[in-house]
Amino acid sequence: MMLQAWYDIVDFLLPFEWAEHNFMKNALLAVLLATPLFGLLGTMVVSNRMAFFSDSIGHGAFTGIAIGALLGGFEPLVGAVLFSVVFSVIITIIKNRSRTSTDTVIGVFSSTAVALGLILLSSGGFNRYSSYLVGDILSVRPDEIILLLVLFAAVVTLWVLIFNKALLVSINQSLAASRGINTLLVDILFTVSIAVVVTITIQWVGLLIINSLIVLPAAASRNVTANMRRYHFVSVAISMFSGVSGLIASYYLNTPTGATIVLIAAFIFFVLFLVQKKIPH
Amino acid sequence: MQTNRYHAKCDGDCCNLCCTRIENLGVAKGHTTILENVNIHIHCGELTAIIGPNGGGKSTLLKALLGEVPYTGEFKFLNARGGRSIEPVIGYVPQHLDFDAGIPASVSDLFVACLSRKPAWLMRPGSARNRALEGLRKVNAEHLLDRRLGALSGGELQRVLLALALDPVPNLLLLDEPVSGMDQGGLELFYSTVAELRHNYDLSIIMVSHDFDQVWRHADRVVLLNRTVITSGTPQQVFNDRKTLECFGITGFFTGGMPGGTQGGDG
Repeated sequence: MMLQAWYDIVDFLLPFEWAEHNFMKNALLAVLLATPLFGLLGTMVVSNRMAFFSDSIGHGAFTGIAIGALLGGFEPLVGAVLFSVVFSVIITIIKNRSRTSTDTVIGVFSSTAVALGLILLSSGGFNRYSSYLVGDILSVRPDEIILLLVLFAAVVTLWVLIFNKALLVSINQSLAASRGINTLLVDILFTVSIAVVVTITIQWVGLLIINSLIVLPAAASRNVTANMRRYHFVSVAISMFSGVSGLIASYYLNTPTGATIVLIAAFIFFVLFLVQKKIPH
Repeated sequence: MQTNRYHAKCDGDCCNLCCTRIENLGVAKGHTTILENVNIHIHCGELTAIIGPNGGGKSTLLKALLGEVPYTGEFKFLNARGGRSIEPVIGYVPQHLDFDAGIPASVSDLFVACLSRKPAWLMRPGSARNRALEGLRKVNAEHLLDRRLGALSGGELQRVLLALALDPVPNLLLLDEPVSGMDQGGLELFYSTVAELRHNYDLSIIMVSHDFDQVWRHADRVVLLNRTVITSGTPQQVFNDRKTLECFGITGFFTGGMPGGTQGGDG
């Protein structure tokens, strides 16, 4: 079995009751792979004031899963990823064309997407897919963990390659253009990476709270950091800490895992928000 | 050819140096013409000020030169040797950075993002930081290296952006109302820095400005832009041109305002 080494490590390092079950070991590994991605992508989402945008990508992913499920034959995920990539590229291009009413454009797209998704899913047996609304990290399968591993490597690589450009675009488009950066391309690469991460992880996290997991760690980190390295480091750390502690807490409290993680991240946000004035940054 | 006038005036020498030519440039957005038939010729080492009413297309012209908005016509940069057309390195100082003041990005991050391939979120490359320090020293701003962008004053930010625009040393420097929101001390420092750089590096500078006093004192050439070039020439010529007064709808505006009134133009 592919994950046997991981199970052995967990048994050796974490001789606790919650870590005895294989589904918890799977979930722990999934959390350790997914939360750094949320922490990483969240920094740019927050800096670009794109919280609403990433929320709408979640909605697009939901529709994509509905379409994928209807087409059938292959994994709903393939159709979902394709749809949300197209969805995010279209929104990005519209956003770049018209600077004025971005919020409205996104709102229109996202509500259309979610309505379409609900109708499609209800016609194809809604109950089977309603788990996408809430998500269930404990249901993650070993082959899905391998997929997460690939996703992790891909996003981190992309983030190493385009981050500097994305940062300049985020600070000022004209400044970035004067440095020969293709601002639209950078924007599209960034939003596509969000779209793919959101679409793949939505089944474990759920449409309702996935955006909180992206926005909260970075928003919390901003309160106490003054440069990009610390911003990312603290954001990833908060994301991973909330993820792991939320997973364990939900096991003992018998609460939904995703929501527990979000509550912990939100608590950290408020604590850092309150102490920010005392820390010079 | 409008530009021939300048050729005649440049006394041989500077005609062999590099120059920037904007020929027949036009920009349209949908059905609205923002710029048309714009002809400007700029020699190296010259500071050309673009003035004009709001909505006259000043910032759009800069955006066209940056390649941010599509345009018709030609924008050529001819280098000193044989006047071959090359792709110029453009330095750009934006009017204001419309960024989120809370962003945890330091001045160092900004330089690293521009100068290094190593991602600023993961590493802190010493070479880029040294280049940043060197650049900041030129504008008396070394102490700002590790400050957060949002914590800088307007003047400090402009100086940081100027230092950034000068690395790598550009052929053409575009300043979009660089002094808005700067105090008097910052203003003098900024202009003296620009003047020094201009002579040291033989830069061509295009500056959009509303500050006629500064334009009068620092510009070699002034272009009045309102959809097209209304008039151009030395500050003296332009500010005494009736078209300039008509364009701004004010008469007798410049008579009291210009310090000395003899400076510039004939050098």
